[in-house]
Amino acid sequence: MLANFNFRIIFEYLPLFLTGLKYTFIIAIVSLALALIVGIIACACRISGIKVLKYPAIAYIEIIRSTPLLVQIYFFYFGLPTLGITVPEIQTGIFALMLNSGAYIAEIIRAGINSVDAGQIEAGHASGLNYIQRMRFIILPQALGVTIPPLLGQAIVLVKDTALLSLISVMELTRSGQTMTSERFMPSEAFLTVAFFYMVIYFCLKPLADWSQKKLIFREAY
Amino acid sequence: MMSFYFGRLVEIFPFFLTGLWMTVKIAFLSLIICTILGFILGMMRASHNIFLKRIIGFYVAFARGTPFVVQIFIVFFIFPEWGLQLDAFPAAIVAMAIMGSAFVCEIVASGISSISKGQWEAAASSGLSKLQQLRLVIVPQSLKVIVPPLVGQYVLLIKDTSVVSVIGVTELTRVGWVTVIRIPEGLMVFALVGILYFMISYPLILLSNYLEKKMTV
Repeated sequence: MLANFNFRIIFEYLPLFLTGLKYTFIIAIVSLALALIVGIIACACRISGIKVLKYPAIAYIEIIRSTPLLVQIYFFYFGLPTLGITVPEIQTGIFALMLNSGAYIAEIIRAGINSVDAGQIEAGHASGLNYIQRMRFIILPQALGVTIPPLLGQAIVLVKDTALLSLISVMELTRSGQTMTSERFMPSEAFLTVAFFYMVIYFCLKPLADWSQKKLIFREAY
Repeated sequence: MMSFYFGRLVEIFPFFLTGLWMTVKIAFLSLIICTILGFILGMMRASHNIFLKRIIGFYVAFARGTPFVVQIFIVFFIFPEWGLQLDAFPAAIVAMAIMGSAFVCEIVASGISSISKGQWEAAASSGLSKLQQLRLVIVPQSLKVIVPPLVGQYVLLIKDTSVVSVIGVTELTRVGWVTVIRIPEGLMVFALVGILYFMISYPLILLSNYLEKKMTV
């Protein structure tokens, strides 16, 4: 099956894979940071009582969640130039990933805020705290712990999602595999190496997510 | 110019419908396979056989740890080297089955492990065999925990079918990709593609929300 697996060629192409890996990291980290900002804003609009903010936020979240990421990427990739906006593919890709993950993160944060017991909020009312103070001192500190495990889960998903940017010719990890396949026609070597690198990232993030989950359950036991 | 392209788009709308039909076909077939395989694997994973657990654990880690695009490339480009030549459509189904059954397996396994030990013991002391215990006692109870996230997973899987366009299956995303070359109005073409996806997955999202509310007591 893998009898004639050629390791030499992988070492020859290692610089290419490492560049790909570097870009995968950069794209994932930048879009995660931006998605957190978008998610927090979208969630704040979603749970606010103001209709002008609430309904657009709901529409944004639901539209993103019910269409595939690939379609969103193509939408911006093919759509932005028709509006006269020409930016490098990598920026289009990060923009699409940001909007996509932002919607999921908004839902994660909302679930965290909803998980805070109603009695806590009433207690905040009774102590004479206003909305912002209640958010800051009572709801958010408690919600934060609940949101961390799913946020790490979303980070894992986001790393995998960056692979789709290879389809709009962003030079990341999957694209380096495609490049090697087209130059040498050795798909086994190329894509198994790519899969190996993704697995390494996964095995770094997954224990972290599991650990945070465990910590949380432990804390809730008190 | 815009209205001209809009007219063209209306003209070739039947093409989009064939793409939609292909997406539905792939989604339907692979969801059935994923569910069956996922339940079998999930029950095996919840068993106490360490060897089985390890193998399935590794399989699940592979399916969840690597992007779906890479998995499709592995199925489509590497399987032939190992002697399994597949056309685009079967390759898409196989890749979806490999990826989806791992996710379903995790949901089923965690559902089964949420059932208290006493139920297993009671079933065992009623003289049921291991398989009967699972089939008659454990799985029916755990369905309550399994079904809401399962429907949510279905939505994700349906959306993932868009990725099989990379190996040339003419489904909805591929149709959009082919069209945008002829009709260079990216926003319009992919908005239409998005609306068609929305029509399939939004009802399922609503169903999943409803089930989640109803089944968590």
